[in-house]
Amino acid sequence: MKSRELAAGVVLGAILLILLFAAPAFFAPDNLRDLLLNSAGVMLVALGMTLVIVAGHIDISVGSQFAAASIAAGLLAKAGLPMPLVGLLVLALGAMLGAANGLLITRLKIPSIVVTLATMIILRDLLRWTTEGAWVQNLPVGFQWAGLGQTAGSVLILVKTLVAILLVAWCLRNLSAGRQLFATGSNPDAAVLAGIRTDAVVTGVFVIMGILSAAAAMLNAIRFSEVPGNPGAGLELKAIAAVVVGGASITGGRGTVGGTVLGVLLLSVIGSALTYLGINPYWEKAVQGVILLAAAASEAVRQSRGLKGAYASR
Amino acid sequence: MQLVQASGISKSYAGTQALKNVSFTLEQGQVHALIGENGAGKSTLIKIITGAVAADQGTISICGNAVGQTTPALMKSLGIAAIYQQPSLFGDLTVAENIALAVEDRSMLGRVDWAKRRQRAKELLDRLGARIDPDQEASSLSMPQQQMVEIAKAIGGDARIFVMDEPTASLSDTEVDHLFRVIGELRAKGAGIIYISHRLDELGRIADQTSVLRDGESIASRPMKEVDRAELVKLMVGRDVSAIFPKQKVPIGEPVLRLRGVGNVGSGIRGVDLEVRAGEIVGLAGLVGSGRTELANILFGLTPATSGSIELRGKAALIDSPQAAINAGIGYVPEDRRHHGLVQSMSVTENTTLATLSAGLLDFGAERQIAAEFASKLGTKTASVDVAAATLSGGNQQKVVLSRWLATKPALLVLDEPTQGIDVGAKSEVHALMVQMARDGMAILMISSELPEILGMSDRIAVMCQGTIAGVLDRAEATQESVMHLAFPVLPKTRGVA
Repeated sequence: MKSRELAAGVVLGAILLILLFAAPAFFAPDNLRDLLLNSAGVMLVALGMTLVIVAGHIDISVGSQFAAASIAAGLLAKAGLPMPLVGLLVLALGAMLGAANGLLITRLKIPSIVVTLATMIILRDLLRWTTEGAWVQNLPVGFQWAGLGQTAGSVLILVKTLVAILLVAWCLRNLSAGRQLFATGSNPDAAVLAGIRTDAVVTGVFVIMGILSAAAAMLNAIRFSEVPGNPGAGLELKAIAAVVVGGASITGGRGTVGGTVLGVLLLSVIGSALTYLGINPYWEKAVQGVILLAAAASEAVRQSRGLKGAYASR
Repeated sequence: MQLVQASGISKSYAGTQALKNVSFTLEQGQVHALIGENGAGKSTLIKIITGAVAADQGTISICGNAVGQTTPALMKSLGIAAIYQQPSLFGDLTVAENIALAVEDRSMLGRVDWAKRRQRAKELLDRLGARIDPDQEASSLSMPQQQMVEIAKAIGGDARIFVMDEPTASLSDTEVDHLFRVIGELRAKGAGIIYISHRLDELGRIADQTSVLRDGESIASRPMKEVDRAELVKLMVGRDVSAIFPKQKVPIGEPVLRLRGVGNVGSGIRGVDLEVRAGEIVGLAGLVGSGRTELANILFGLTPATSGSIELRGKAALIDSPQAAINAGIGYVPEDRRHHGLVQSMSVTENTTLATLSAGLLDFGAERQIAAEFASKLGTKTASVDVAAATLSGGNQQKVVLSRWLATKPALLVLDEPTQGIDVGAKSEVHALMVQMARDGMAILMISSELPEILGMSDRIAVMCQGTIAGVLDRAEATQESVMHLAFPVLPKTRGVA
């Protein structure tokens, strides 16, 4: 593991250690379960964002994708479709939204921040206009916890998240597509000259991002009996922050799933930790901001020292 | 009076001596041509005269006064104006504004007289015979139009010394005529012009004096009347081929690559006919900008051919992407190893296998084995195949890129400046590898700006000039002079019907 991930791990460990002595109640099973359930959505989105950032791009439309997928899940379930089918259709919607981003970026050569800014606004306001802010209510009983009850439903959510983490981590390391992704993000020109279809790599990454946003929406939605009218606001920033805290390079070519997982956990624990330590939880965002800045600063220092071989220990 | 007196100028960049004790004098009312091969030091010398870079040694005097610290602003205030080959206008500003930036006094709070500014731009452009609207945005102008605006900028100020680096490269004959007329006017007024051009025939029309640079040294300075084209070429190339090349004769096989009338509208390549056979090393020579790399980009599918046909091993090949090129059996080692060849942060192993990854699972063991095999075969010096490519020296990085392409078992390998910027030892190792590859039946197309390398390594030499092949020479008949004769463009009028 690299120093930057290690840093995120050490800070997380320190916070947990402080909590262990100062507020052991933090480790109550219910609290830990809620913490993990609350961060599952961000985790899935950050997973996709890791791939996007390693490819040298950014996707700020994930919050809007999340919202569209959440509402689609509610509406499809309400229409009486069986839950597995609802899940598949929602993932397909995510894939389509991601493909639209990817194709606009690679075909028209528009910077990803501009494309996803546009799709973020379009999707968000399309939803605002169609739902008029109304929640999707009166969902069938089989919707919440996928009809499994809270305990089994929670386990289902956490297991699926864990599977997604392991799958992405394994693919990134062991598939030739993963290698091509790192090459594309590190040096797009050299990647093209080595015969890599960088456009296909980038489009594929955005499709996976869309699928993971939709999966996050799905797993989040089934925790409740209603779907809010405009969910997922600010999700993109949380995901990007977690990836950066986890040691990825915002300019592409470097990043790990392990780092991202630590980044998500670190940023999620802070809010809860503040409450347990008796500090005003309004400080949460400020503390997260400081951590993000520290991560970015250490990256800048690393780059200015021209440290080489960052990729080798992936 | 001597407008410019540069004496004993030396300059080195990162260990390479670009100029060695060069002296240069520009007289009043003189058009002084400065000629030399790629890398002879022309650009460095004019950069020193315009203040863009500082000399390590030597003195510069302008109108008899020695100048200490040369900066662009100071040299401009001393009356030096420069026109470069590549126009550098501000695209979002109008033509009049671009000209104003060069010719008007600049004070932060001065009021702009728009009418006067436009009027002045119009006068300057009219003087050059250029029909350009002063209110047009510079980015909307064609390349020759932009060049005319650059010239207007230069002559609009009160400069007495003009530095023109290939000003006619993009101009049509009429525009060239206008430019030469203006140069004549400037000369008549007592200005001095340093004129760099690859078009040797052009020099006869306007130059009074010619100075030749070679490998960073002043070789000769002669009145233009006393020299002819052949003598100039001889002066430019007279370098001795001291290095010994390991080239050996190997059996030449069937044609691997055959180009017929290949061109690309965007990159200015036209009507290229070329053949490379198995076991043959064909050197692609030419001046910078003659289209050698552009031709390589066509072969590798980066800018697919828009005309002509490409045949590989006797079969017509459609090469519209790098993947298609690789599948057709072409490998390409690009010129800029650091930015285009290697993924610096990846390991030697990962760089070696990058072009041969099959879809699906990676086989780490097999990958390391392939990398280790090539590292020992090519003699790549690396601590291990797991270290980042960035940690290797230039010559060893080049071997890693070569390994990547050898791993694809190409029928044709295109090498763009394969030994540029690597040390002498590694250089001859790369040359020996090329001989070995040719012996194994590979066809090699080698782009090089180094004449000794071209002459020493090639079975045949194709010389490019202005986007097409000006001629192909056999190893036996090729000399530095014969290559350079083909490389330097001939005026369209004397070339006859194309």
